Amino acid sequence: MATNIEKDEVSGTPTTGHVWDGIKELNNPLPRWWLYTFYGCIAFALVYTVLYPAWPLPGGATPGILGWSSRGQFQQQMEAAATAQKGTVDQILKLSVNDILKDPKLLAFAQAGGAAAFKVNCVPCHGSGAAGGHGYPNLNDDDWLWGGSPDAIYTTLKHGIRYADDPDTRESQMPNFGIDGILTPDQIDQVANYVMTLSGEQADAGKAAAGKDIFAQNCAACHGDDGKGNREFGAPNLTDKLWLYGGTLADVKAQVTKPHMGVMPAWAKRLDDATIKELAIYVHSLGGGEAPVTQ
Amino acid sequence: MVQIINTLDAPAEVDRETAVPVNKAENRSLYASREAIHPKAAHGFYRRLKWTLVVVLLGIYYVAPWLRWTRPGDAPDQAILIDMANRRFYFFFIEIWPQEFYYIAGLLIMAGVGLFLVTSLFGRAWCGYACPQTVWTDLYIWVESKIEGDRNARIRLDAAPWSVSKVSKRAFKMLVWLLIAIATGGFWVFYFADAPTLFHDLITGQAPSVAYFTIAILTATTFTFAGFMREQVCTYMCPWPRIQGAMLDEESLIVTYNAWRGEPRHAGRKKAEAQGLKVGDCIDCNNCVAVCPMGIDIRDGNQLECINCALCIDACDAVMDKIGKPRGLINYTTSELYAANVAGKNEHWSWRHLIRPRIIIYFGAWAGVGLAMLFSLTHRSQLDVNVVPDRNPLYVTLSDGAIRNGYTIKILNKRQEARTFRLSVDKLPGATMEMVGDTGAKGASFDIPVDADKLKAVKIYVSTNDPAIITHERSNFEFKVDELNPQASAPAETATYDALFHGPDGKE
Repeated sequence: MATNIEKDEVSGTPTTGHVWDGIKELNNPLPRWWLYTFYGCIAFALVYTVLYPAWPLPGGATPGILGWSSRGQFQQQMEAAATAQKGTVDQILKLSVNDILKDPKLLAFAQAGGAAAFKVNCVPCHGSGAAGGHGYPNLNDDDWLWGGSPDAIYTTLKHGIRYADDPDTRESQMPNFGIDGILTPDQIDQVANYVMTLSGEQADAGKAAAGKDIFAQNCAACHGDDGKGNREFGAPNLTDKLWLYGGTLADVKAQVTKPHMGVMPAWAKRLDDATIKELAIYVHSLGGGEAPVTQ
Repeated sequence: MVQIINTLDAPAEVDRETAVPVNKAENRSLYASREAIHPKAAHGFYRRLKWTLVVVLLGIYYVAPWLRWTRPGDAPDQAILIDMANRRFYFFFIEIWPQEFYYIAGLLIMAGVGLFLVTSLFGRAWCGYACPQTVWTDLYIWVESKIEGDRNARIRLDAAPWSVSKVSKRAFKMLVWLLIAIATGGFWVFYFADAPTLFHDLITGQAPSVAYFTIAILTATTFTFAGFMREQVCTYMCPWPRIQGAMLDEESLIVTYNAWRGEPRHAGRKKAEAQGLKVGDCIDCNNCVAVCPMGIDIRDGNQLECINCALCIDACDAVMDKIGKPRGLINYTTSELYAANVAGKNEHWSWRHLIRPRIIIYFGAWAGVGLAMLFSLTHRSQLDVNVVPDRNPLYVTLSDGAIRNGYTIKILNKRQEARTFRLSVDKLPGATMEMVGDTGAKGASFDIPVDADKLKAVKIYVSTNDPAIITHERSNFEFKVDELNPQASAPAETATYDALFHGPDGKE
């Protein structure tokens, strides 16, 4: 402790004793407003550490006497949201998809909820804009393998497609015409050329004529005599312009030789029924949805 | 080379300077606690002008939200209303949507240029007469002088030990200040909601918490700014004193002490005259300093702290009347006239000084912005159309090979009546439209009813199978919106919106 504190000659203020290059530091008092704000901050901090989680300890931070946690707050907010939506969600659970479509308020709620659920669950395969990709159907268009009515979409969502764990899943299988030796490569070439003509694409006329019979014997059972497909088996319409696995001659030949067959999970095991209904309505609203089937 | 000036041998006839050594040790301290200013009450023309302005400006502030203006339909009947919840600004017959916020920008530009104009004409007239800080401080000082007495009584009270009388006077003053502050904050919120309803809700404790919060903040700022900080707000917090230096010129009218007439000042005037000394008109009575709310001496010249409130003019004129000298030792004058008078020319101000290029340019800019806004306001359309195209996916190929694009069309009906608009697509061959939603209708055009003063958004799919379009990555076309069944009073409005139709780029 310095007993003899030097005072600055000019201002009369005591100095701290620190000198840099001959410049002495004055020991001016802190501004009072600053000091009181500082004291206030200390008081606030003390109260805060008692009330809220604060001191990190080996077993976790001190919990604070209010018992607050960010996770708990999130839980509370989710519960509050669930309580607030309960009436609407109950109605969605009770009504059929077709009936929800008739109620504008429920429809808007379901579309918004479906859009949110879509982003979490469906985007990895179908894309954020639901435009799909090679092997993953575009949900915006008007071509539906298993049906585009609200009910059909709901069933697809609920039970999935070729999903082994769900006994009610949509099931079908296209034979491996090529690798199982059902058709020779020449026959596959001919039938592929015929398939190209169905949608008005260019093809070898001679091969296509030969392929017509092969089609009638091997393919028409599922895809129909006219090639327009059959939604009972998820057999694609071969006369339109949309191709899940590509629309060139080579793509068609590859698909006949060793068919790709997509799998979609059954969402009944992962999502509650209200969310699945909301998803069905959202997907139905993307532009290609077909009118509800009337009994 | 160092030039050495011999100051000792200066000639006897030196110029007398009135400069203050601002960097003298006692003047250069960076921090000094505030010394209380006890402005004396002034009486005279400018004080009366300022009281008139206080009454008028506070009157406008307190009365404006209570004015009613009948509007049709559900629109609020408050003349001036900033309706945040419904995103509308109402000003008598004008209604502004958020999309038209540029009108507010225009008003702010007018306010800015107007401030430049007034400053180059009359110096800091805004600071001295119209700034809320000045108006409320004036009101607070008036309350103070009514309760504690004028300057001398207040100085005595400040110095007096605490007594029942002092405590009660101070408490009563604070109470009145607080009531004024609450009224200030309390009336601010009435501009944002229906005033009578909000008043009732405030009293009964049912108003939204944001209203109470706003009132609390504005009460606190009014109370501290006008009651305690006063001139410090102008000197330390406000940027305008710094900017004014660039706005003033030699011909701006500013409050000036005419040193050429006042100096040399003598407190004992007759004695000095008897001694044969040169005597100016200033008798050094310090009245100009005593009335100054900023705590400065106008005789030091134009300075940053001076808000040009002209109270020193009133104080000095009263003194000049008493000692039988002409008024105007302190007056509004220009630095050019001041310099001319210092040089011995007897020049007086005339209104011609108001007309000069800078003023004409400022006025031209101010009036130009105002007229442009007025023109655009009277000619603006009551129909607005916005189109938001779907971006993910940009387009969808349909099973027949057609290409489909999605658009969200927003139709803004700014009129206070329900209207129906026909939406159609133009310049896109083979286009068909489909409306998403309850109807799912298809067609070449749709009739869309829009409620009064509302925005309606509809989702539209546009498809075409035209070979020229679907092989193009981008094609331009137009959405057309035509009003149907217009009222006889107003012509039918039409709007078009340029849109893009996306297709495959043909590279695949």
